[in-house]
Amino acid sequence: MSDLHREVSDLETKSATAARLFDIRRIIGGLFVIYGVIVTIAGVFASDDDLKKAQDVNINLWTGLAMLVLGLFFLVWLKLRPVKPGPVPEGAAPGRGAE
Amino acid sequence: MQSPTYLAEGLRLPTNALDYTILAIYFVVVLGIGFAARRSVKTSLDFFLSGRSLPAWVTGLAFVAANLGATEILGMAATGAQYGVAVTHWYWIGAIPAMVFLGLVMMPFYYGSKVRSVPEFLLQRFDKSAHLLSSVLFAFAAILIAGVNLYALAIVVEALLGWPQWVAIVVAGFFVLAYITIGGLSSAIYNEVLQFFVILAALIPLSILGLKKVGGWDGLTDSLTESHGDNFLSAWGGTGIGDPNPLGANWLTIVLGLGFVLGFGYWTTNFAEVQRALSAKNLSAAKRTPLIAAFPKIFIVFVVMIPGLVAAVLVPKIGTAGSDLQYNDAIPYLMQELLPNGVLGIAVTGLLAAFMAGMAANVSSFNTVFTTDIWQRYVAKDRDDAYYLKFGRLITAIGVLASIGTAFIASSFSNIMSYLQTLFSFFNVPMFVVFIIGMFWKRASMKSGVWGLVAGTTAAMVNYFWIYKQGVIDIPSDQGANFVSAIVGFVAGAVVMVVVTLFTAPKPEAELAGLVYGTKSPGMEEAPEEGDDAWYRKPALLGWGAVVLAALCYLPYSF
Repeated sequence: MSDLHREVSDLETKSATAARLFDIRRIIGGLFVIYGVIVTIAGVFASDDDLKKAQDVNINLWTGLAMLVLGLFFLVWLKLRPVKPGPVPEGAAPGRGAE
Repeated sequence: MQSPTYLAEGLRLPTNALDYTILAIYFVVVLGIGFAARRSVKTSLDFFLSGRSLPAWVTGLAFVAANLGATEILGMAATGAQYGVAVTHWYWIGAIPAMVFLGLVMMPFYYGSKVRSVPEFLLQRFDKSAHLLSSVLFAFAAILIAGVNLYALAIVVEALLGWPQWVAIVVAGFFVLAYITIGGLSSAIYNEVLQFFVILAALIPLSILGLKKVGGWDGLTDSLTESHGDNFLSAWGGTGIGDPNPLGANWLTIVLGLGFVLGFGYWTTNFAEVQRALSAKNLSAAKRTPLIAAFPKIFIVFVVMIPGLVAAVLVPKIGTAGSDLQYNDAIPYLMQELLPNGVLGIAVTGLLAAFMAGMAANVSSFNTVFTTDIWQRYVAKDRDDAYYLKFGRLITAIGVLASIGTAFIASSFSNIMSYLQTLFSFFNVPMFVVFIIGMFWKRASMKSGVWGLVAGTTAAMVNYFWIYKQGVIDIPSDQGANFVSAIVGFVAGAVVMVVVTLFTAPKPEAELAGLVYGTKSPGMEEAPEEGDDAWYRKPALLGWGAVVLAALCYLPYSF
């Protein structure tokens, strides 16, 4: 095994990302739900000028609803398929996360 | 010296408090991701490669988002406004085959050899001279590109929002510095995934409204056929060898130059991209990273091309002396014309997010190469890991400050900058030839790597700056000349590698394990993770599926 191979393998056993990094689905879901609500409300109260500018499409309403759906999709996905706790590599159990 | 105006006057957007609220929320989330990722950074591997532990869908979306910087979005919309449907070549032939090749063919060597960067692969396969040359050039190019990105952001923000340029440079630079220094690559990748969705939430409504404005796809094609001719709406029309077309390229230079050499050079050896795949959690996820990225990549062209085409209809003189608008203004112009407050805020946020992600991709690859390939290898060897982690954070800050400096220099000497960028772009070409020969020809000698790089770069530059610019051969456009230079650089690099190999010593066979086709790297017999054998996760199916889909996409625009 090359030195590089050994060095990186060693670092991999000490790495904390798998065990401690949060799930991005929560952030995407949360942000898009917030954005979805804000933009949908802007769509509900759209002025005539807004509609005229957007070619008579209530673009805020549609975009807002679509963003809301995407946000909820990520939250539901997170709920249904939570990440299993990171596997503890063999032989590295005692040191992992405790240094 | 005076900087050329990038965006026209009079593009100021009618933003209000609602739009600024949306933007402010985004900035808070960006910083929040950085702080939340902080606790996962324990080793240098966590900081530089997310501990090689991310799932494939995250690295895949980051892979496509790292390339979806704002200069790319505005630039490709501009290409659409200027050359029409031919812009699809940059996606369907210029990107998809290369991404599939990276995933199916090259990834086992990249990921399996456990290298942490693209230059590190060259060190393992060839020798220190190839390694040092590519590391140093990559580090310089990354800072340069990050700085140019920042400068482009400042110009756009000044035109759209009215902020002074220095404010935009400092604010955006500060946010990128903060979230990468704190959270490392995980933070950069997570922000890229977020940016991917925000930019789509901006571009999709813009494309739909744009189409509605010009009477749908039929209205669009009718107007453009009348004003620009049939070939404007055809991908391959007018690309016969010897036929004149605005792109200045024929089908052969498109397929070989753009598709094969430039596309493969960029997608398979640019570390800012490959780094995303190297951070995946296992070989299967690493292989799937560029393959998952390929599917959005196939369709993204529509949401940048359509605004470009719509702008060409609404402003027939766009990009000519008779108009205030440059080609690059296509998307900002449509934002101003079509988007009401609310979606407008999303669009501004998406554009700013794309600029920052484009810069962050370069910064997060720069700090890795500078620390592991230059500092750890040649300057401060054999320190403990905590030292390299600390140094990585320090060099990230220095890198951001350097690119802020570059941005300020670019604002007064933008000609020099574009010249330098062209210069660096020629280095990507021979990288691919060196990789491909190195991976498939066991005999290719240790010294052949560096000579292939030098010869290929020189040949591409000589072709571009002397043969083309001095008019020795007549090539109709910069784009066309770029494609031809790439082919020349590729061939020259290959020939020199073969010749040098014949006269120098090969690398000892034992050191090539896992680096060359037909060898196995030790310790890579790890069992596939549960569920990785599901049919929809089969790399071959994903890869060939993407190639077939891209080919099918060409059909409606080819006859």
